[in-house]
Amino acid sequence: MFKSHRARRVTTYLLLAGAVTFASSAAGSAQAAYSKASTAKCGTVTLADNAWIGYEANLAVVSYVLKHNLGCKVVVKNISEEISWQGFSSGQVDVILENWGHDDLAKKYIKTQKVAVDLGLTGNKGIIGWYVVPWMAHKYPDILNYKNLNKYASMFKTSESGSKGAFLDGDPSYVTNDEALIKNLKLNFKVVYTGSEAALITSFRNAEAQKKPMIGYFYEPQWFLAQVPLKHVMLPPYTVGCDTVAAKVACDYPPYALNKIARVKFMNSGSPAAKMIKNFKWTNADQNSVAKSLAVDRMTDEAAAKKWVIAHPAQVKAWLA
Amino acid sequence: MSTQLLNRPSEGKAALLEKKRSKLNVYLGLLAFGFLAFAIFLRGKATLPLDRSSLTPFQVWLDNVSAWIDTNRESNPIFTSFINVIRGFMNGFVTFLQNMISQTGDTRTIPQIGWLGVVAILGFVIYSISSIRIAIFSVAGFISLGLLGLWQESMDTLALTLAAVTLSLLIGIPLGIYAGLNPRFERLITPALDFAQVMPTFVYLTPVTLFFLIGPASATIVTLIYAVPPALRITSVAIKQVPWSSVEAAVSMGSTRFQALRKVQLPQAKRTIVVGINQTIMAALSMVTIAALIDAPGLGQVVIRALESLDVGRAFQAGLAIVILAVVLDRSTTAAASKVDAGNVPVVSRSSHRATLAAVAVLTLATVFISRSVAWAGTFPGSGTFGSNIAKYVDIYVNWFQLHFVAITNAITNVVSYGLINPVQTLLTQSPWFITGLAFVGLGAIFGGKRLAGISLFCVLAIVGTGLWSDTMVTLASTLVASVITVALGVVVGTWIGRSKRADRWIRPVLDAGQVLPAFVYLVPFLGLFGATRFTSIMAAVVYAAPASIKLMADGIRGVPETIIEAAAAAGSSSWQMITKVQIPSARRALALATNQGIIYVLAMIVVGGLVGAGGLGYLVVAGFAQENLKGKGLAAGLAIVLLGIMLDRITQAAAQRNSKEYVETSH
Repeated sequence: MFKSHRARRVTTYLLLAGAVTFASSAAGSAQAAYSKASTAKCGTVTLADNAWIGYEANLAVVSYVLKHNLGCKVVVKNISEEISWQGFSSGQVDVILENWGHDDLAKKYIKTQKVAVDLGLTGNKGIIGWYVVPWMAHKYPDILNYKNLNKYASMFKTSESGSKGAFLDGDPSYVTNDEALIKNLKLNFKVVYTGSEAALITSFRNAEAQKKPMIGYFYEPQWFLAQVPLKHVMLPPYTVGCDTVAAKVACDYPPYALNKIARVKFMNSGSPAAKMIKNFKWTNADQNSVAKSLAVDRMTDEAAAKKWVIAHPAQVKAWLA
Repeated sequence: MSTQLLNRPSEGKAALLEKKRSKLNVYLGLLAFGFLAFAIFLRGKATLPLDRSSLTPFQVWLDNVSAWIDTNRESNPIFTSFINVIRGFMNGFVTFLQNMISQTGDTRTIPQIGWLGVVAILGFVIYSISSIRIAIFSVAGFISLGLLGLWQESMDTLALTLAAVTLSLLIGIPLGIYAGLNPRFERLITPALDFAQVMPTFVYLTPVTLFFLIGPASATIVTLIYAVPPALRITSVAIKQVPWSSVEAAVSMGSTRFQALRKVQLPQAKRTIVVGINQTIMAALSMVTIAALIDAPGLGQVVIRALESLDVGRAFQAGLAIVILAVVLDRSTTAAASKVDAGNVPVVSRSSHRATLAAVAVLTLATVFISRSVAWAGTFPGSGTFGSNIAKYVDIYVNWFQLHFVAITNAITNVVSYGLINPVQTLLTQSPWFITGLAFVGLGAIFGGKRLAGISLFCVLAIVGTGLWSDTMVTLASTLVASVITVALGVVVGTWIGRSKRADRWIRPVLDAGQVLPAFVYLVPFLGLFGATRFTSIMAAVVYAAPASIKLMADGIRGVPETIIEAAAAAGSSSWQMITKVQIPSARRALALATNQGIIYVLAMIVVGGLVGAGGLGYLVVAGFAQENLKGKGLAAGLAIVLLGIMLDRITQAAAQRNSKEYVETSH
């Protein structure tokens, strides 16, 4: 009996607390001390945030300029690439700031559904390829040509690769040709799927620190290369169309020109933000310097962006023109 | 004379039982021998391998199904209106809670209730449902969230968790009561619950955002799918535990069936239902990081962001906040459960207690007021230097550890990989599917008879149907090794803390941390120590699964009747004899349960394993999440995990039940 009485009483108190909170919320919002200045004309811009540092660098600088130069309200959504594209059709995402290829998604959302539009290049060049740890490139210079890889294959053997050398792949969101390349170039290696960028970077970092052999899939621009300058292995050069049939690929990856994608309705809204993002363009060196501030110096997005923007006034002015 | 008469039948029973058990061992031995002989003789045949990028027709079909849903979700009016209502409701609910405790909205600089107010309300609620000691502990815990510099993120997480838990209980408890009363309904719903608990979240993350869009609604749905099953299951168990005779008595005295439920069954089931609430909260908190992948606000975001730059310290800082939240919520609900159990409070303390409660309530209200109008009580003061210092030292310590121990950890990785994982994996992947499949059917038949053999057969054939038999065997190999390590730890540490209260007090917080610390926090240091290998994935699984096994085992050891211990002590047993001859054998049922739960928890980490080099099904699920054209394959991999999970669960459960039956028989 007692228990149920008390339970009821607790509920009463809680209800009372709730009521008081509401009553005072009316009073509270009237207090000038707590009101914020509302942002004018630009309105709200929703940016997708894909989980790698290069993207984060673009996002930091673009958000900073949108907020401080145009007075926009910036909303950031932390989501994966495919879900970002979905956002164009649901109206929940305005811009993707660094897009790596994704022909299938471009076809679906730009060509078929016509909800998204290509906003042009970011100026960053994406390079994908095979990389080895720097100490190996230094000690065995000829390893940088794929023809010599078999000579060293046995050095790369690990508990995960059986009798062959281990070739490490990272985040499964990248479409890789590595299995086909190894087969078609007759290399004595086996692809080991680490499963994430974190696993791949940690493996490269440890291999360099402990002077252990390692080869794997990697890409630029990437902040990690500022810490450990991995060396690119030469594969048979890329020619247009050499990678059409996935199983028969025997050439290097194509160079990627990274671009921006935006929602059609956002572009037609006449927001000054749309124009600024369309104009946004910079170099790999620019992105790497901001990415380094974020990843190595552990600065906040705001601080890293501020540092870069103050150092590059002319470039920022051009974006706002 | 009389004692002889009494003893004889039970001696006969024991002998019979001994015979039965040795017969079981013979069957198991024959099965193992047959499997090994055929597996080696026929190795390399009918292994059903599938290339990374190849798809079977079934996987293509799954891909088409998801594409069809994608294109038709907009045009179907029933679909859209129904889903829009749910989405609107959930978004509203979460946003309301966020405005209360974490988000500032457009016109204010602090939430409706500032930090001091939240702490005061927490203290009051916990004081009223449990005790002053737990209340003080909880208040200290919440203040440390602010000191970590993560007050707002923690409150976002709390808001989302509260929303998800409330909805889970609203769905789970009524359905659980119904399932407890109606065995037919329970049988019907059990496979759905298994499905919801074992199916990796990554598989339905993208579809959920298709329907419910990016935001709080999707995050809540994802959490609900995982958090409703424990609420439902435990409630149903709670109802069934109430002796049927007491219900009959109530009905015979003129109560209606509903009155019997309300007056007899529910009050008696209350304590176990509170345990269910506790488990639901833990399940909801364990989804914090994954939900952050679809923009769920809060601590999960901090973890994911830290992972981008491999910032171990920062990830740990946020992980610690999640652990603190979990421990506070766990301890307070557990204390509430035991208070329910303890029954009525003596009459004398009633009025004084009532007065104290009222006083605390008034104080709480005053504090809420202050937190709305005074800046330092509204926004947590300080800049979180304490938190960034912790992050810094964790970084330094982890690097130091890695530098000095990497040679040893690498050696361990190699020993376990070459000595244990590789042979098991070779055996399983190289033997023909029908031989391994038959072994599973045989295990089912031995432990559970015809019915279980049938279930095993279905699961084996369905896994073959997904086209991923070979990958399933890769995953099974790692799962088995991880389970063996988990159970071994369960027995050793569980027995230790089961025997020593002091050890228990020190070890238990570590176990709690292992269960709720998001795996993403320790994956990077583990990768540093053990490399991107299957062993790393096994270690991650053990960290998550061993606490459950250890806790269950400790519980079993403590549950061994005092009389048996005393008798053994009187007979002059040494500690070692006491453990090996008395305590562990008496806790056999707990051991079987610890094995079962250990395996289930290991299975829950398959996908995380895929992120650190385990390959197999886990990797395919992640790839399906990330790549449009592998969606069907990822879905198939998720199905294979569920099928494998159900099969292993049923077989180990049957083994556990068999043991408990024997235990009951011998103890009589």
